[in-house]
Parts: sequence; structure tokens; C-alpha cells
Amino acid sequence: MASKYINVNLKVWRQKNANTKGKMETYKLDTVSTDSSFLEMMDQLNEQLINERQEPIAFDHDCREGICGMCSLYINGRAHGPDNAVTTCQLHMRKFDDGATIYIEPWRSKAFPVIKDLVVDRSAFDRIQQAGGFVSVNTSGNTIDANATPIPKADADKAFEAAACIGCGACVASCKNSSAMLFVGAKVSQYALLPQGKVEATNRVLNMVRQMEEEGFGNCTNTGACEVECPKGISLENIARMNREFMKAMITAE
Amino acid sequence: MSKLDSKIPEGHISQKWTDYKDHLKLVAPNNRPKIDIIVVGTGLAGSSAAASLGEMGYNVKAFCFQDSPRRAHSIAAQGGINAAKNYQNDGDSIFRLFYDTIKGGDYRAREANVHRLAEVSGNIIDQCVAQGVPFAREYGGLLDNRSFGGTQVQRTFYAAGQTGQQLLLGAYSALSRQIGLGRVKMYNRHEMLDIVKIDGKARGIIARNLVTGEIERHAAHAVVIASGGYGNVYFLSTNAMGSNVTAAWKIHKQGAFFANPCYVQIHPTCIPVHGTNQAKLTLMSESLRNSGRIWVPKKKEDAEAVRAGKLNPAEIAEDDRDYYLERKYPSFGNLAPRDISSRAAKEVCDEGRGIESNDTNEGVFLDFSSEIQNKGKQAAYAKGNHNPTPEEITALGKQWLKEKYGNLFTMYQKITDENPYETPMKIYPAVHYTMGGVWVDYNLQSSIPGCFVTGEANFSDHGANRLGASALMQGLADGYFVLPYTISNYLADEIRTGKISTDAPEFNEAETRVKELIATFIGNNGVKSVDYFHKKLGLIMWNKVGMGRNEKGLNEAIAELAELKAEFNKDVYVPGSADELNPQLEKALRVADLIELGQLMAMDALQRNESCGGHFREEYQDAEGETLRDDKNFSFVSAWEHKGENINDEVLHKEELKYEFIKIAARNYK
Amino acid sequence: MSKSAILSSSIAKKYWMALTGLFLCLFLVGHLLGNLQLILKAGEEGKRAFNEYAYFMTHNPLIKVMSYLTYLSILFHAVDGILLTIQNKKARPIGYAHNSPNANSKFFARQMAVLGSIILIFIVIHMSNFWWKMKYSSDPMPLHSITVVDPQSKTPQSLYITHSDNYFPVSAFENSQMGEAQMEIRNGNEFFNKQVDVKMGEGYKDLYSLTVAFFGKDTDAIKANEQAGLAVAFYVLAMIVLSLHLMHGFSSAFQSLGVNHRRYNAGIKLFGKLFSIIIPAAFAMIPLYIFFTK
Repeated sequence: MASKYINVNLKVWRQKNANTKGKMETYKLDTVSTDSSFLEMMDQLNEQLINERQEPIAFDHDCREGICGMCSLYINGRAHGPDNAVTTCQLHMRKFDDGATIYIEPWRSKAFPVIKDLVVDRSAFDRIQQAGGFVSVNTSGNTIDANATPIPKADADKAFEAAACIGCGACVASCKNSSAMLFVGAKVSQYALLPQGKVEATNRVLNMVRQMEEEGFGNCTNTGACEVECPKGISLENIARMNREFMKAMITAE
Repeated sequence: MSKLDSKIPEGHISQKWTDYKDHLKLVAPNNRPKIDIIVVGTGLAGSSAAASLGEMGYNVKAFCFQDSPRRAHSIAAQGGINAAKNYQNDGDSIFRLFYDTIKGGDYRAREANVHRLAEVSGNIIDQCVAQGVPFAREYGGLLDNRSFGGTQVQRTFYAAGQTGQQLLLGAYSALSRQIGLGRVKMYNRHEMLDIVKIDGKARGIIARNLVTGEIERHAAHAVVIASGGYGNVYFLSTNAMGSNVTAAWKIHKQGAFFANPCYVQIHPTCIPVHGTNQAKLTLMSESLRNSGRIWVPKKKEDAEAVRAGKLNPAEIAEDDRDYYLERKYPSFGNLAPRDISSRAAKEVCDEGRGIESNDTNEGVFLDFSSEIQNKGKQAAYAKGNHNPTPEEITALGKQWLKEKYGNLFTMYQKITDENPYETPMKIYPAVHYTMGGVWVDYNLQSSIPGCFVTGEANFSDHGANRLGASALMQGLADGYFVLPYTISNYLADEIRTGKISTDAPEFNEAETRVKELIATFIGNNGVKSVDYFHKKLGLIMWNKVGMGRNEKGLNEAIAELAELKAEFNKDVYVPGSADELNPQLEKALRVADLIELGQLMAMDALQRNESCGGHFREEYQDAEGETLRDDKNFSFVSAWEHKGENINDEVLHKEELKYEFIKIAARNYK
Repeated sequence: MSKSAILSSSIAKKYWMALTGLFLCLFLVGHLLGNLQLILKAGEEGKRAFNEYAYFMTHNPLIKVMSYLTYLSILFHAVDGILLTIQNKKARPIGYAHNSPNANSKFFARQMAVLGSIILIFIVIHMSNFWWKMKYSSDPMPLHSITVVDPQSKTPQSLYITHSDNYFPVSAFENSQMGEAQMEIRNGNEFFNKQVDVKMGEGYKDLYSLTVAFFGKDTDAIKANEQAGLAVAFYVLAMIVLSLHLMHGFSSAFQSLGVNHRRYNAGIKLFGKLFSIIIPAAFAMIPLYIFFTK
């Protein structure tokens, strides 16, 4: 890995807390290794700010390997930045030119209020999950043998692809309507595709969609932005499947 | 040794758990809502415990420092989860899983605990499938399995390279259900900063609301700590940035013994370090060792040329490559256990044959070219093409790799900007898992009554080295199938206790302790960032309490860490205030505990005058450089008791390990 | 399930958008087939065909039902679309300082509301240009007449055509030195014998001439629109907007209704693309043809 170093200009959203107004601030950061991840660049900036006795920038992050879904950031107008199929923590500085200006903003959605700087509250996703994103099986282990119900590989694979969602919220952030349909669709699909999930399918889709609406997410207009920006490549098929499930449920529910 | 009663039940190993469970005390369903339980951490162990306890009817409060319980670092586990199902008909059994785990742990784990783990392993798979976890399946619709290091059977269940994610989301869904039903109250973005003991029993915690900075009191009849491992003591590790030892360390300071802190697993296949601003290391799943061959150049000159970018590794002749794992451990080859593979990598790099062009030159190749040829040929034959051209073979082989490991290869390429289908991957060991942790008895109860510890946070099941795909198994076993029984046994005596008041003086004391600590950091007019100290801590630990340890280095480390602690307290600068979201303050509180823990790790490593599993003392090795265990003197669990602010004052207690059902032997993978 | 979810739920709203949208696509096909009568046949034959079509469209009871459905669909599609747009705007109270939406979606897919509004305006203008004039304008529509030359007198004579293929000389409706006219047009196109007060037949409103003149071609009945160039440009522009709206809307409707299948997606997408190009292009061709062949 031949390291190169670049200098960047950063325009970052700063906001003290949920109750104050925020604004974009400009920072200059020199000698950023192109092998650094984007968040390592943010660490470097924070280190610089701390050394200058300024308040460092708050941003969410945890696993730094693209799976926990905690990192966010709207970078240069795109959720998780210019690379495709990666989270911000997997985005590398080699994707930027020397002297580049980089805009860094929090996810913008009524359902994801800003807590501080670049940190937003995504608990709306948790509440959607609590409304129906589960199979009501007790945790006793007294279930049937795992191989008692064969599941067609194609269904299992599709369920897995849907379940690969990391709940980061990039779909909401990049959707012009702040719609959460890809997130909800993926969860509904995972269970709809598996025999274990079919039992509660009707209530699940109705309850999850109701909760999604209560949280203040917008409606899906099928622009497909979410699918493009999803770091896990969750397919729009899942939204269509939810639409089918919802229609079935709407017609048959008592 | 009255202080360490492991409470292992009598009887034959295969009957212990069943018999014991049958005689545990119960709490009647109508009494359970009167009892409060706190669960700290929402990884596999925490989520599964909180969900199970909520389901049973207890009042549960669950805490995580992340913005959602689904973010816990269990989610990052890639490879798989072991279970003795014997679906592949290769002679697997509960006993074999038990045996492999004990042997894999280099005979430093408790027999009874490990056997229980193997017994419930099958239930975990049943449970997860019932929850809708989409494990990988074969075309017949049945579950698929693969092999992992240290075993000769295929017992690992997986979901592509995201098994941990799928299992955690399964547990999270069960937890979400309970939250939705109001049986579990979830506290996101909350960090436990101390435990509250009343009359010697755990009765609650002090937690900081990370958004508002508010210090909160939470009371309960029992506290479950499921806060994960302490790998971040090395600064660079495969742990999440937020992973920390604070919850475990705080209970240690309040009386819970800390066991085997020196047992750390260094995972052999991680992406090598790239530079000083690096914040963490990324794992490449062990499952890659099913297909990749690990090598370095035989000649130092070749290694130098590779590092300088003058020699393409593909051009190095077969005879000039050293497939050192295959050479040294022919029967397990590239699937030798993690500790052994890691050490072998260090050895060849120490010889100057490392191939990574970074400060340390540390890195070895993980090469898929042989597998591309093998699988390519197979795929061609399967398609009815019995005379495939070399190009066809290569294309089909790459296709096969892509299907099997596509996501891992993409991840590698994103990070390194190199194409692993064309050039071999570069890998090097990195800190991954900590076998040590809070000492618990057979009930998973720590030395503080009412304080239970599960998952990676406890020490119990992996001895001195954990086998691949066993961490997920342990986390879920503890949370779904062990703790719910054993904690009820404890709580059966609490049904008359009534509500615990947070006005008790003990809560005052604990809250004051926490507030004072925070005030010291905020008021400290230091000059250096928390990360500065964390990095320094990491370097000391990696160099002196890392893959190879010796008496001199350990003594130096102990002294250096004491100095570091003093310097940290004096010079650390924590910007911002205590009553807001303040990531620097969170980090400072965590690093303070990690520094103290580091010192204890070095002390533990120093007293253990043997090499076993992940603990390699350079003084104790055989002629071939293999670990030299000392079963006569060190067949014990070291459990440390906290004795005041000076870590050097900690007292060592020993829990003798008795092997009644497994014949203890040298650990041989040759 | 509350009954109101069928209207209020965000997913159900999408079903309605999709169903009404697809119905309007069907309408477009029907409308286009009719309009093509304007140019497919030349001269009197074309005029006759188009005016007959126009009469059929306004009088066939089934078509009437369909047309009410169409109005309803347009209304529902528009109202629902506006409601969705308002909700969607509310879902992001603070926007991005720097946004690059083109990296992940097509502009026309994001601007459906704008495109739809333009189309709505177009529909209003379009209806006032033709439909309203034909049905309600106080200015009576010219009626379809043909000019025949009497073989004996060699003088040309204009005759109104009726649905029952009767002919009335236009002169019969005009006062002359000979006296007051015997015939009278009531209700726009009904021919009455004034003396006996009996309806003798019904004429065709000459929508053909109205349309052709509107787009710049002189006819016997109406003089060419002086601003036909503008009208043609406006219609062509509107069709481009319609094309963009359909470009997203057509396949999007299938997605909303849950039709998304790896095997058929490519087909649906392709059909949608062809539909959204061919139909508006064919519509636009008509005024262009009239304008440039005047």
C-alpha cells in the first residue's frame, strides 16, 4: 500500500444540541493519508481540534468495519459518501483528490432528529422493529429440530439478503422523501420469505407500516435512491414484496 | 480456598447440568413481575438474556452505550457458530465438541462449563432457526456447515460472512418483541459507570445518559453484566471503537474477581496495520483459511523485494515459498488453531520474512491461487467440460471464490485497494477476543452475590484460547439457556425483598464516586488528548503483553503502565462539559479503566510461568518453539481480587482445574 | 385494520397512485387512437372519421362511464399526489446544504410532482381549448358540413351532415331575401324545423376543423389560429413533460403494486420506456404534422 498524503477542506455541520440551531463550519486538515478511512480522517481532525482547544466534532461510529450500522454522515451530498456499497467507516480517503472540499452533514429527516453535530437519533428504527420485526417464539430452546423444516435455498438466500440490512438509515437520508420503506421492506421480506415468519405475516406488516408512518417518515416514490446508496445493496424487490404483503394484509385482515 | 467456590455440581459430566437444573429453585410466574433485573450490554449474551428474562416475566432494564441494541459488537462476528448437530455425518457429538473446546483452550477451562456449552449448542441452532435467522442452506433446503480451525469435523453453521450479525439480529428481534410488550425497558446511549451493592449484594447500577450527561440510579434485585471483552486495551484491535472494560472493571473494583486477564486471543487473519492514524483493525474471517494457503518467501531477499514493490509475489517460484503452517502442522495445516497460527506468523516475520511494506514489515500472504485451480477444475467437470483450458479453470475458480467469500473479498479490496482475486491477500495477526474476564461460578455469578456475568465478559468457557465459531455459541448459550435458570435460583430468595429503593445511602455513595470521577476529568486542565494515552497504552501492551511475553518485558510493562496512569490522570485533556453528549469524556472514562486492567494483565502474565494457548511466555517453549504448559503448577484459574487503588496490591486466588473426564495431554496439531 | 387505512396508509396511497396512473395510461392509448384520425386519413374522409369519433366519445354510454372514471382518476391522482408531496416535504424539515441526488436517481423520478403539476395545467388548458369549446362554449361550434357541386347548376352548395346520413343545405338555416330561414340549430347541433318545431336530425360538431385550425391550418369553417406556432410548441413541450412523467411513472406503478420479479423486471422497464416515448411522441406528432402541412 503506497501511502499518499492529501490536504482537504472540510465543511462540517456543527450543532450544540437538539435545541439549538446549527451551521456549517469550515476546517482545514493537512497530511491525510490516502490509506486512512474517512472516520480516521475525522479522528485526525478531532485530534487537531483538541490540540487547538476547540471542541471536537461528535459523530456516531462503532465497529468501523461496515456492519454495526452506527456510522452515518452525508458526505458531498451522498449518504456514506462517494463510494458505492460501503459505509462511511469503509470509505477511504483515496476516493478524494488533494485540495478537495468535502461537505459533511448529518442524516436529514424529521424522524432522525439531530442530537449533536453529526449525531442523529435513529431510535425510530428500533420502534418499528418493536412493532413487529420478530417471530413470536419463546426463548426456551424447546423448538423443533433446526432441520425439521427444509427451506428452499433460494428463499433462504433472499431472506438473508434482506436480513443483511444494518439499520444505518442511509436509505432514509438519501431518499428525497425521507422514506424508510427500504428498511421496513427488508425486515418484512426477511420474515415473509421464511416459513417461521409466515404465521404472523399479516399483523407484522400492518403494525410495522403503521409505526413507520407514526414516526414521520415520508412515502416511497420509487426513485430508487435508497437501493443505490444502501451500503449492503438491499434490493427494491423488498419494497415490492412489502407492498404485496401489505395488500394481502389489508384485504384479509379482520 | 473458600473464596472461590465454583459450585460445580457432582455427578457424571453428561448428567451434571440436567441434574443440577432439575434441582434449581424456581420463581413462580406470579412473583416474577415483582423482581427487577438489570442487563448491561446488548450483544448476543445481553440481548438473549434480556429477552429471555423479559419473556419469563421479570421486569428487565437493559442498557447499551450504542444508539441501538442492534449495534453491539457481536454483530461483527463473521465466520460462524459451532453446534454438535452432526448434520454432516462426520462423527461429531456433544463429547467431541466438548473435547475440542477443552483441548483448543489448552486445558485451562472448566470441564463442567464447557460440557454444558456443548450440550446446549444444538438448541441454539434450533432456537435461532425458529426466530427466523437465515442460516446458509444447501439446495435440499437443509442447513449447511463448514469447518473451522482446531476441529476435524464440519460443525460450523453460518450466514455468509455475517453470522454474528444474523444471530445478533435474531436476539435483537426477540429483545425488541419484549420491549414492545413492555417487559423490557431499553436504555440506549447509556453507559454503566458503577455498581451499587447493598449488604454485599448487587442492587443496582449508576449509569450515565450519554445524550444529556445525566447520572441516573437504577435499582434491581440482580445485575447481569454482558459488556463484552477488553481487546481495546491494545488500542488497535478488531473490537469496535466503543468496546470497553468499564462495566466489568467497575464490578471488579467492587469485589468481583477478575480471572485470567492475560488470556488474549490474537486472530491470525487480519488486514495488516497501514499507518499511525489507523483506529482499528479489520478481521478477515477464519473461514478463508478453508481455501487460502498461508505463506511467506523462503528467502529474506525475496521478502525485501516484495516489500519494496520490486517483486510480484505471483512470480515467486513454488519452491521458494514457505507454506509454514502446512510444513509445521501437516494434519491441520492452514486450519491450525488461532493462537498457533498467529504465533507462527510472528515467528516468520521476526525472521525478517514479513511481506507488508509498513513500519514493522509484519504481514504474510493468504493465497487463493491453488484453490482457484482446484475449484475451477471441479466446476468445469461438474459442467461436463472434461478438457477445460487454463483460462476457463481460472475463471470458474474465481467465480467459486466469489460465491463463497465475495463479501470478504470486496471488503478487503475496499480497505487495501488491492484485488485479492489476482494477488494474494496480506494478513497479520491482531487482537480479537479476550478469554479472560470476570470470574464466575457454575451459575455465571461473580463473587458479588446477585451480579452475574455472561458472554465474553466472563472468563468461563474458552480456557487459554478460544476456537473459532465458539464465541457466538457461548454468548447465546449463556443468555438463552443457562442464565435464565441460574439467576432464577438466586432470585427465588428475593421474592420477599420488595422494591429496592434508589434512595439508599449506597446509591448516594456510588453516584458521588461517579460524579467525582467525571468532575476530575472535566476539570483536568491537561494538554493531551485521550487518544494520545490510549495509543501509548496500546503500544506498551502490544509490544510487551502481546503475542510473545517474557519476564523482563512484563516487569517493564507494569512499571510503564503505572507511569502512564499517573501521566494520564495529570495530563489528559477532556474538552466539553459533563452535561452533554461528550464522546471524549466517554473515552476518558473507558481508557482510565483500560490502563488499570492492562497492568493487571501484565501481572497475570508474569505470574503464569508457562505457555498456554494465547499466553506465550518466551521462556517456556519446547525445542520447536511450541508452547510448554506446566500442568503441575499452573492448572488453575487465576482470579484477582481488587485491593485498593494500587493495582500491584491485587491478590491472586487460584481455582484448581480438575480434569475427570478428559485425559489431559500435550496439545498437538501436528 | 381500520377502514381508513385503505385511503390513508402510505402504502395504500401508492396503490391508488399506481392504479389511477395505469388507468390513465390506458386512457392515453384510447385518446391517441382517436387523435390519429386527424392525420391518418386525408381530406373529407379524415374529417368525417375524426368528427364521428368525437361524437362517439361524447355519446356512447360505456365511454361516458369511462370518461367519468378518467376524470375521477385524474382528480384522485392529482389530489393524492399533492397530499403525498406535502407529507414528503414535511418528512425533511431541514434540507442538505450540499446534495448530489443525481448520483443515485434520475431527475424526472424525483420531480414527479412538478411534472405532474405541469401536466395538470396542460390538461386544464387542453380541455378549455377543445372539450370546453365543444361542450359548453357560448360561441356555437361550427357543425360538420360538406360542399357539393350541383352537376346541373354547377354551383357549389354546402350541406350539413346528420348522424342518420341526412343532409340539410346550410342555406336553409340562413335568412335570405326569400324570407326567414326554415331551419334552426338548437343546443349546438340539433336541427329543428322551425315551423313545425320538430327535430329533424343531429349534426356533427366540427371538432376536426377546430383542431386543425387551432394548429394553424385554414379550414372552410374556421380560420387558422394566428398563434398556432405557440400552441404547437406548448403542446409539444407538454408531451415531453408527459413522457418524463411516464418514464418513471409507468414502471414505478408496477413496483408500487408489488410487481417486481427478476424475470420480468427488464421487460416491464423496457415496455415502460417504449410506452413513455412512443405515446407522447405520437401525440406530439399530430400538431406538428398539421402545422407543417398547412
